[in-house]
Amino acid sequence: MKLNLKVWRQQNNSAKGKFVNYKIDDVSEHMSFLEMLDVLNEELIKKSEDTIAFDHDCREGICGSCGFMINGRAHGPGSGIATCQLHMRSFKDGDTIIIEPFRAEGFPVIKDLMIDRSAFDRILQVGGYISAKTGGIPDGNAIPIKKEDSDLSMDAAACIGCGACVAACPNSSAMLFVSAKISHLGLLPQGKIENDERVIKLVAQMDEEKFGSCSNTYACEAECPKEISVTNIARLNKYFIKANL
Amino acid sequence: MILDSKIPAGPLEKKWTSHRFNLKLVNPANRRKYKIIVVGTGLAGSSAAASFAELGYNVLSFSYHESPRRAHSIAAQGGINAPKNYANDGDSVWRLFYDTIKGGDYRAREANVYRLAEVSGSIIDQCVAQGVPFARDYAGYLDNRSFGGAQVSRTFYARGQTGQQLLLGAYQALLRQVNEKKITFFPRREMLDLILHDGKARGIVVRNLVNGKIETYTADAVVLATGGYGNVFYLSTNANASNATAIWRAHKRGAFFANPCYTQIHPTCIPVSGDYQSKLTLMSESLRNDGRIWVPKKKNDLRKPNEIPENERDYYLERLYPSFGNLVPRDIASRRAKEICDNGFGVGETKMAVYLDFVDSIKRLGKETIKQKYGNLFDMYKQITAEDPYNVPMRIYPAVHYTMGGLWVDYNLMSNLPGLFVIGEANFSDHGANRLGASALMQGLADGYFILPYTIGNYLASEKFGKINLTDSSIKSVKNNVEEIISKLFNIKGKTSVNEFHKKLGKIMWNNVGMGRSKKSLNEAINQIKKLKKEFWSDVKIVGEKENVNAVIEKAQRVADFIELGELLATDALNRQESCGGHFREEFQFDGEAMRNDKKFTYVSAWEFKGENKKEKLHKEKLEFENVSLTQRSYK
Ligand SMILES: Cc1cc2nc3c(=O)[nH]c(=O)nc-3n(C[C@H](O)[C@H](O)[C@H](O)COP(=O)(O)OP(=O)(O)OC[C@H]3O[C@@H](n4cnc5c(N)ncnc54)[C@H](O)[C@@H]3O)c2cc1C
Ligand code: SF4
Ligand code: FES
Repeated sequence: MKLNLKVWRQQNNSAKGKFVNYKIDDVSEHMSFLEMLDVLNEELIKKSEDTIAFDHDCREGICGSCGFMINGRAHGPGSGIATCQLHMRSFKDGDTIIIEPFRAEGFPVIKDLMIDRSAFDRILQVGGYISAKTGGIPDGNAIPIKKEDSDLSMDAAACIGCGACVAACPNSSAMLFVSAKISHLGLLPQGKIENDERVIKLVAQMDEEKFGSCSNTYACEAECPKEISVTNIARLNKYFIKANL
Repeated sequence: MILDSKIPAGPLEKKWTSHRFNLKLVNPANRRKYKIIVVGTGLAGSSAAASFAELGYNVLSFSYHESPRRAHSIAAQGGINAPKNYANDGDSVWRLFYDTIKGGDYRAREANVYRLAEVSGSIIDQCVAQGVPFARDYAGYLDNRSFGGAQVSRTFYARGQTGQQLLLGAYQALLRQVNEKKITFFPRREMLDLILHDGKARGIVVRNLVNGKIETYTADAVVLATGGYGNVFYLSTNANASNATAIWRAHKRGAFFANPCYTQIHPTCIPVSGDYQSKLTLMSESLRNDGRIWVPKKKNDLRKPNEIPENERDYYLERLYPSFGNLVPRDIASRRAKEICDNGFGVGETKMAVYLDFVDSIKRLGKETIKQKYGNLFDMYKQITAEDPYNVPMRIYPAVHYTMGGLWVDYNLMSNLPGLFVIGEANFSDHGANRLGASALMQGLADGYFILPYTIGNYLASEKFGKINLTDSSIKSVKNNVEEIISKLFNIKGKTSVNEFHKKLGKIMWNNVGMGRSKKSLNEAINQIKKLKKEFWSDVKIVGEKENVNAVIEKAQRVADFIELGELLATDALNRQESCGGHFREEFQFDGEAMRNDKKFTYVSAWEFKGENKKEKLHKEKLEFENVSLTQRSYK
């Protein structure tokens, strides 16, 4: 198929960006979206033009590197997938596709589609962990954990830190991301010990990093590649109230 | 030069304990005076960095990724081994040791492998304490599954995302130390050279991938945890950016490269579909617990899989290996798949695939159970192929997956260069000629949490460290060297893209140095690679800016290094005139199985760089087996 692409090009963080039009022929429906961009980049190299910068690595939806807005949707059409898992069979011959970076104050653009998501690391850094040191730990089976809790914890722990929830949210809130970590750890007996402190610290840092607040639009859940549920946000709110009592 | 593996004396079971007792310690109050550079934040690098910092050392942590959590370890699916014997099926440290030595086709050090088996139990405990949500049974206890090459259930898992969960555990431990200001994390930095001072590894030169600046960092020791080199084959299951540059550049500074020809081809991956393909996707080995591998008995059978009756199917692994069946080790499963397809029994459009069928287990266990166990893998398969494996068998074919070779290290995980330590997939240490499933995660975390924190202390306590000055000419020359390589690449102004070169290299490697190797194919590969290297350095085309984000110049350097490594890989394969594990020389086989030559080749090949375009020098570390007897591996 043949496609028209409108791609956001921005030389660096302080430069002004703009959309640039590209035509691309011979796109196979079996290609992944990123492979289509690879092909375009090879064509740009042939023409001695600078390639489009975008983050990617695993190309199987797990590392959380990739992600941009495709026709206004974080990670593009389809649900439960990251950009790298999107295949060209989701588009038709002659389509125009608009590609731009995730936009949020907390995610400054580095170049083209590449953004800086280090704010997520800084949020987790203040308490997104259980403070267990290496060594001196009792047997793994010493604390049985209810399968139900462990499964719910795993559901939340599946978050890949891609930032699509922030990009999808009208307020650029990072609540889904933060609540996923809070639930992952808070649902486990090992994680309960530091729960109150963790909730307070992470929420404070989230505000510090200029992410907005949650107004329950649930756009985050709809675009999350790991289908992290908004019930995690409810859990975070519950923990937060309890921690501040 | 004699390679000293520094294996401690004494009985196998006591070696590590007595060695630990003999290691020198750094006084807790003095630890803050030492600085350690750790390159890489995968399982090995993150766990090491966090553990060093907890002990009180200052750590500088580097990665070319934007965040430590993006490291390739995140993609590991199936699980991690530990001989806890929770399944009460007769597992023990000794059995894990034995399975790993045998699985590696008797080409690994007994002492290292035993230590790995010994500490692996603590890894599970550690991870549980960190909040890794391993799968559990209804009583709330940890659940296990089986992996290839073992007849016990010792694999711990977190759905199909075990690597992700283990890495998040290590990453969080690392972040905690960033918060404590014991670790400084440098994102988007690519190590391009190693700094030696007075014969010791004392620093690294990196390119800042955001602004293109070349930066220099120094410390008292350098740890490389930079992963494997599977992408030398272009297509592999590795993440796109995975590369060999860190270890290759260290090799060019004198670190020996061990067993480069030991590469693992994983039997169950989604087959190649087109020329634009950028990577191959693994379908976890755990699927072989419940999936059955088969092909039609008739050549070129064009019927749909569900139309082929039971008695016209060949479950060839179950037929050939009745006691291990579908759970034979990876090298064997891969070779048999290739053989079957080469003989015309392959399925699918390209005929380069076999079926992995779940229909029996869905009947036996119900769709829900299968979904619980493998749901995300099934979804992934469907996403890529647009076929539903709950109804139609998966089509799979082998793909490059893991590299057992890597920089040579002694028992302390130190290379032959003092102060340069190498851990995780980047070293050669524990898997011999073939790695068993679920043991890379185990090794990476063993190295980082429970081995290197002890042995690096011994090194720091034993040595004196002179002050080094960034303005020293020796350091400046390393930096200049890096800058020159980059300028040189920009100045070639050729016509061929970096990716085209990478693809060409991949084809040479896969066709001649892949699942089957012969004297003829290896010589062919070496000649072709030499030619490719010349072409690369006269015709590669770099676009974009030097001092900005530039994926082209990043990749150009990686591909330049892959080309050189590819030649060494083929040279090593040519030297090893035997078949063992993942290294299959067509001249040396019996009944389709690998035929070792223990008399001549029970050694580790460690290659020394002798200068650009010069032949590398081979050093041999003899492997001694005192506790297991070398037999022909049998899984029948
Ligand atoms: C798809 C897949 C599934 C797997 N499943 C399993 C499994 O179920 N069980 C199992 O045991 N094993 C599995 N493996 C193998 C296992 O995942 C890897 O061997 C292991 O994770 C490697 O960890 P590592 O820490 O050594 O390196 P990696 O995780 O590869 O990390 C390398 C790190 O080094 C950094 N780096 C590299 N070079 C440089 C440089 N020049 N400068 C700066 N930074 C650099 C990278 O940024 C990264 O942080 C799987 C592998 C694949 C590909
Ligand atoms: S919650 Fe979902 S969308 Fe948000 S960072 Fe995690 S995986 Fe991405
Ligand atoms: S590239 Fe890793 S999630 Fe898309």
